[in-house]
Amino acid sequence: MAGMTQGPHDIAIEIGGTPVLLRTRNGRFHKLLESRYAGFVNARARAKVEFKVDLIAPGVSSDEDVQVKMKDGKWSLRRGDFNSEWDPRAGKGWIRQSANPYSIDSVLRIVHSLILAREGGFLVHSASAIRNGRAFLFSGLSGAGKTTISRLAPSDVTLLTDEISYVRRDGEGYRACGTPFAGELARLGENCSAPVATLFFLEQGPKNQIRPISSPDAVRRLLRNILFFADDAELVKLVFRSALDFVTLVPVRRLTFFPDERVWELVD
Amino acid sequence: MTERYIARSSAIAARMLGGEMMIMSAVDSTFFTLNEVATVIWQAADGRTPLSEIVEKVCRKFEVEPDSARRDTEQFVDELSRHGILLISDKPIDNPSARPTEAL
Repeated sequence: MAGMTQGPHDIAIEIGGTPVLLRTRNGRFHKLLESRYAGFVNARARAKVEFKVDLIAPGVSSDEDVQVKMKDGKWSLRRGDFNSEWDPRAGKGWIRQSANPYSIDSVLRIVHSLILAREGGFLVHSASAIRNGRAFLFSGLSGAGKTTISRLAPSDVTLLTDEISYVRRDGEGYRACGTPFAGELARLGENCSAPVATLFFLEQGPKNQIRPISSPDAVRRLLRNILFFADDAELVKLVFRSALDFVTLVPVRRLTFFPDERVWELVD
Repeated sequence: MTERYIARSSAIAARMLGGEMMIMSAVDSTFFTLNEVATVIWQAADGRTPLSEIVEKVCRKFEVEPDSARRDTEQFVDELSRHGILLISDKPIDNPSARPTEAL
């Protein structure tokens, strides 16, 4: 929290301009986080959100699906491999997990999705990249080509992520921010941001082609790709409104592409 | 035949976009898009207008046979009520959320 003393192994991870402070007493886990989130660690950040991380011995984790529920003003986040609670008013919470990077990564995604929902933004299954000062999003479920198009990006393109894009409201438009949430490319995005110019829904095909998409279809596809885990009626409504606002304000297209670098000639 | 009344649930978010009414259930995140006829029924679902009057409105607006309009309307209403986004009652429904959906 702002003004609080940081312990020797605390680490603030700042994604999309929102720092989350993770307090751990374990030096090795701290090193692991430092390495995994390199480029997103901000030692001077004044975090609005703070989690105490209790490490437990690795054991048999269940395959319990993620559950995110609000109870008595606190979020409860659970999955087979972690358990967490977060009081958004106090800005404090705890995470119980073994010393692995995957559980903490999931908690961070969930927490950011909850924060963004109230701020008119969202996390979305999409690669994103900056070219000439403008951000382009390439969305689709697994196999649509997010990693492929990221891998084909020419050298003047700054990759924000190949897997999960961070989209926040920015005046009369939207801004895409880099994330450390990597997909098959296994490469962290750059920690920078730019106004969103276009959202493309990816399809692989015999030739490179951009085609229009109706607004209802764009909303339908966008909702299918937004990451949202909470069983919370109020936030579901907010995310729905954000998706509609996004489609109203940002051009959305279908991009059919043949997997070679020429596809980037269409993205400018 | 008993009169029925329908009202939009408050547990939804809805907005007209690109000529289609888009609705999301806040309970289970189910997403619906309504065609033109369904949108007229949806917008008329204020809890006070009898379903028979809504069917008449559909007949007038789209020039369809009353029997066919009644059958289609009841099928649509039953389906949306199964998802909890329309409420059905044999009495008028006092539902403050049943205001024009564009504003929701």
